[in-house]
Amino acid sequence: MKLTGAQILVKMIKAQGVDTIFGYPGGATIDIHDEIVRHNDLRHILVRHEQGAVHAADGYARAHKTTGVALVTSGPGATNTVTGIASAHADSIPMVVFCGQVPTGLIGNDAFQEVDIVGITRPCTKHNYLVKDPDKLAATIQEAFYIARSGRPGPVLVDLPKDILQTQIDFQMPEETHLRSYKPNYTPNKKQIAKVVQMVKDARRPVIFAGGGVISSCASEEITRLAQMARIPVTTSLMGLGAFPGTDPLWLGMLGMHGTFRANMSIGHCDLIIAVGVRFDDRVTGNIAKFAPHASIIQIDIDPTSIHKNIPVQCPIVGDCKTTLEHILALMEKQTPAQLTVERDPWLAQIDQWKQTTPLKYDQQADVIKPQFVVEKLWEITKGQAIITTEVGQNQMWAAQYYHFDRPNHFITSGGLGVMGFGLPAAIGAKAACPDKLVVDVAGDGSIQMNIQELMTAVENCLDVKIVILNNRFLGMVRQWQEFFYNKAYACTNIENAPDFIKLAEAYGATGFRCTDPACVEDTLRKGLDTPGTVIMDFVVEREESVYPMVPAGGALTEMLLV
Amino acid sequence: METSRYLLSILVDDEPGVLSRIAGLFSGRGFNIDSLNVATTDDPDVSRITMATTCDAQVIEQIKKQLHKLINVITVNDLTEKKYVERQLALVKVHAKPEKRAEILRIVDIFRCRVVDVGHAHYTVEISGDSGKHQAFLSLLKPMGIIEIASTGAIALAREMGK
Repeated sequence: MKLTGAQILVKMIKAQGVDTIFGYPGGATIDIHDEIVRHNDLRHILVRHEQGAVHAADGYARAHKTTGVALVTSGPGATNTVTGIASAHADSIPMVVFCGQVPTGLIGNDAFQEVDIVGITRPCTKHNYLVKDPDKLAATIQEAFYIARSGRPGPVLVDLPKDILQTQIDFQMPEETHLRSYKPNYTPNKKQIAKVVQMVKDARRPVIFAGGGVISSCASEEITRLAQMARIPVTTSLMGLGAFPGTDPLWLGMLGMHGTFRANMSIGHCDLIIAVGVRFDDRVTGNIAKFAPHASIIQIDIDPTSIHKNIPVQCPIVGDCKTTLEHILALMEKQTPAQLTVERDPWLAQIDQWKQTTPLKYDQQADVIKPQFVVEKLWEITKGQAIITTEVGQNQMWAAQYYHFDRPNHFITSGGLGVMGFGLPAAIGAKAACPDKLVVDVAGDGSIQMNIQELMTAVENCLDVKIVILNNRFLGMVRQWQEFFYNKAYACTNIENAPDFIKLAEAYGATGFRCTDPACVEDTLRKGLDTPGTVIMDFVVEREESVYPMVPAGGALTEMLLV
Repeated sequence: METSRYLLSILVDDEPGVLSRIAGLFSGRGFNIDSLNVATTDDPDVSRITMATTCDAQVIEQIKKQLHKLINVITVNDLTEKKYVERQLALVKVHAKPEKRAEILRIVDIFRCRVVDVGHAHYTVEISGDSGKHQAFLSLLKPMGIIEIASTGAIALAREMGK
């Protein structure tokens, strides 16, 4: 069967089970787009900026537990994807990005819209390819998906020269991908499993610390069973929110720079950390030298480079989080409950005392809306059922703190790279993946302007997302640092000169509501969530509200600034 | 932490961009490369990279893991942990005044080197050996006036059966 490269590409994408791609055409991808529209079973969502395509693919991948796909043209189309690729790389999100490229004969000649995107993205992809031989196209696409979704997932980029897309060749379905140089290890070492169980039995003040790896390996059920079986309190990183029910009594809240008092104190006083699918990012550890000074650490991760990278651990286990936890649970079930929970009561009582004395708190008065209040009301009204995406900064932290996530894959945020402008396109991707779910982007007035053009994508494709803007007319997180550490010199963070978000929504064919009165927050939320279509809810909030607690950069976790 | 020299023998897919991935990994993560040598092996699809680096024990562990994480890297062998033979090749062009020629040739003889080019006022000497031998040889030649040197990085194989 003779097929063009573009036909092979579409055939192979579909063979991977993909039904939705986010893209933006250009000279180098005309052949692909021309082919895609002939396939009713492959939906192409036209974004309004290539960065939006990649974030949308990211949101789609997380909400759907699948691989996201983006398709862009050469040159600027390709460079516009870099931020989104780097974000997916930092958060280990499975994704394949296809870029058009100038014809092979022109590569290296500084041709129009030519850029060495393979060179540019080498450090921020899991792997990348330039296809120079049409006979290798099909196998390369299959390999790209295999690499993106196996082991520690990540983004893979495939660069596709225009002549490769136009050449007709005999197509054969490639054989199953087998790479001699890439064999992720999913199964943990048995001896280490026995050691884990012994360490749990020996511990008096254990803590489970779960991260994004638990979400990506679908291990939240196992984490929950582990916690309940041995009565171990659980904290998570930002990426791990939802891995353990946010309403469970063993829940400590998030860890780190803006973690809860009791989570940070627990790490400071525990004698055992069971770290699962985490990489001990600096935002989580604070000062490494003062991190968990009394604790032995068990670290479970599929990526060996995550282990011993920042923190020395006593019991490293390389393996898939879910598989490893299953092994641990199987061995724990052979122990008596009393063996697994020695002297647990005093530890849990201590944690409860921290919770009672220093909970997350804010003071909602009658005059000005507190941003935390908006998020907490959103949680109440949606009964914690919505998929929440965020932008980056204070909005992200308040969403993390006050929307008490009970289940995985419902919190979608740019955790590692921290990309402003992530939330709206990610929400569009999540909505495309889960059309029956309510999807809400918790945004700031700064971040929302970074990919605001994607409102058109949402409206055009009837991907109804609800946008909650916590509008403080500041770049709030930087302002907070300026308040705490720079004598309140608010350099370049005042963004009072903003568009009218209601009119902006209307201009794009969406609906907008503004709310300035604390008494109307609930009504506005209900009205906004009940209004069909894409809706912006613009909450004019306290200008100089800060996120608490806060561990100053480089400080110990237990040395928090509190309200 | 204490630093020392490590010698890594890395087998990689012989594909465009592989060296760039490895070099980028080192520069991006702030690892140090002392020397680097790349050539194909008996398998035309596989190249061997021999790399010397100076760092502490924690960093070498990360280097090895990060190298192994690259998709095109097949094996990473830390020769420092085992017995191995190491060689590097250098061409040394040295001033050879008539009154010094005999001495240079004696040194060349002692070190089992070879003179590969002779001019009216210079010799070019080929030396092969480990880095210790190179250093000793160069220190003896230095007083004669070394004109220029071209040297490979270290190459090495483990003293054991198998790859």
